[in-house]
Amino acid sequence: MNERSEPDAAAGSLLDELVAYLRDQRSELREEWARRISEAELLGVMSDEEIFSEATAVYDNYVDALETGSIETLQTYARELSERIIPRGVETHEVLGIVLLLRDVLARSLFAKYQNDLDLLNRILDAYEPAANRIAVTVGVSFVEERERVIHEQQEALRELSTPVLQLRERLLILPVIGILDSARARQLTEQLLGAIQEKRATVVVIDITGVATIDRTVANHLVQTVEASRLMGASTILTGLSSEIAQTLVDLDVDLGMMKTVGDLQGGLEEAERLAGYRGAGASDAIDGVES
Amino acid sequence: MSVAILRQGTYLIASIQSDLSDREVLELRHQLSELVGSYSTRGIVIDVAALDVIDSFVARSMRSIVLTAKLRGAETVIVGIQPDVAIAMVQFRLNLEPLRVALDLDAAIASLDRLTRRDAVDGG
Amino acid sequence: MEDEVRVSIDSDADLVAARAAGRAMAERLGFPRPDPTLIATAISEVARNIVVHVGSGEIVLRPFQDADRYGLVVVASDEGPGIRDIEVALRDEYSGRGGLGLGLAGARRLMDDFEIASDADTGTTVTMRKWRYRDELARLREERRRRA
Repeated sequence: MNERSEPDAAAGSLLDELVAYLRDQRSELREEWARRISEAELLGVMSDEEIFSEATAVYDNYVDALETGSIETLQTYARELSERIIPRGVETHEVLGIVLLLRDVLARSLFAKYQNDLDLLNRILDAYEPAANRIAVTVGVSFVEERERVIHEQQEALRELSTPVLQLRERLLILPVIGILDSARARQLTEQLLGAIQEKRATVVVIDITGVATIDRTVANHLVQTVEASRLMGASTILTGLSSEIAQTLVDLDVDLGMMKTVGDLQGGLEEAERLAGYRGAGASDAIDGVES
Repeated sequence: MSVAILRQGTYLIASIQSDLSDREVLELRHQLSELVGSYSTRGIVIDVAALDVIDSFVARSMRSIVLTAKLRGAETVIVGIQPDVAIAMVQFRLNLEPLRVALDLDAAIASLDRLTRRDAVDGG
Repeated sequence: MEDEVRVSIDSDADLVAARAAGRAMAERLGFPRPDPTLIATAISEVARNIVVHVGSGEIVLRPFQDADRYGLVVVASDEGPGIRDIEVALRDEYSGRGGLGLGLAGARRLMDDFEIASDADTGTTVTMRKWRYRDELARLREERRRRA
């Protein structure tokens, strides 16, 4: 829509008139639009100031797009806007809703202005409608594309974060952790571990960190807390596969490992776990003291 | 009723049904104390699965129940601490000695069986 | 914002309402688990302090947002005689037979920000905040990219 051919020149001048009018009526139309957004209860997660500020930017971009016929600037703006509002929880139907409301507000305004000259009104609308529709589609598509990109990224990140929980035997679970164990992952791990204890009725859990190179103090403390929390639920947790680097880190950081059982290798840890879970003769316990003796 | 207390042989099973006010917690403590005394109760299971907050007061009260029951010859096991609640208690640094916890009712009963048998053997 | 929630604290029964209100707001704001429970627990502690030491007061819950964070502010206030020694109040009770820790110290450990203002004339106000970064996953990726 970058160049205008001859027959469009007439349409072009109509468009210019339209654009001039929309600029002139900027304050009123923008307010009307913001009012209708509130009425429709859209953008609930944003404050009134934020809505007004974004509305101003959208309005101006909208009118510019009508004027220049170029949607590139609008696309860029729409993408940036989407990046801002998606984490706030704004949904697709809201974005489409507000864009269509703007289209309505402007159309109504044109009806009002040109109501005495239906022929001119029709010609103005002939110029306005395709442009307005293209704009609505552009903004809508940009938002949806950005949304899909974010969802995909989140899924990727979740996949990186989550740890499989394997049921080795009844009452015995193992969580093999591989890769980077940072605070976010540690938090996920806690949720999974405690949830699995509840769901699978596990009394012993082995967290194997053979696949983890290093951990920092925050994560170390977090692991300790996780183990203590599992104890409060009536399960024992054993940490296995500590690399010598991690072992040294824990000692250097003077992390209080409390009552946490750690075993160097996975095999040893599993044997200990089986013993605790009652699969290897004496040593089974059904209840666990709040603070173990 | 916010707590349902059932008798199972020489054990009492107290199931908390919803979030308790402080007064209701104290009433539970009182009730259990009475019941332990009057029926030669050997064990108590307290199911806290319905509590979505266990703060210092509840923890203190649980501890009190455990100690009181012990004085009158009964062991106590707590079951059903929810994951988020467990995390909160740990982060809060609620010291829970000498509370015993178990994963579920079956584990709690089995544990009480062991504990009371042991006590019997010890002649206590 | 009109999202403010006020809970009057006059008896131990009000603690149940305060806990529930805190949890509800935290969940509504999108706090991931276990934060709603941590917040409800901290509220329980400060609210109980009001009931036990003063008798009546108020809890106000307010959401907040800034450029990259969202969170919840809890303001627990009373018009009581004040805490004479805040330092001592914040120290855990000594361990041993009785020690389970005073509520305030524990509440502080559950929240991200914690302030107490107290004097004999105006009473005590505890302000605590819990917050999260909005774009947590983006941050995580950024952090990993930096590490790699």
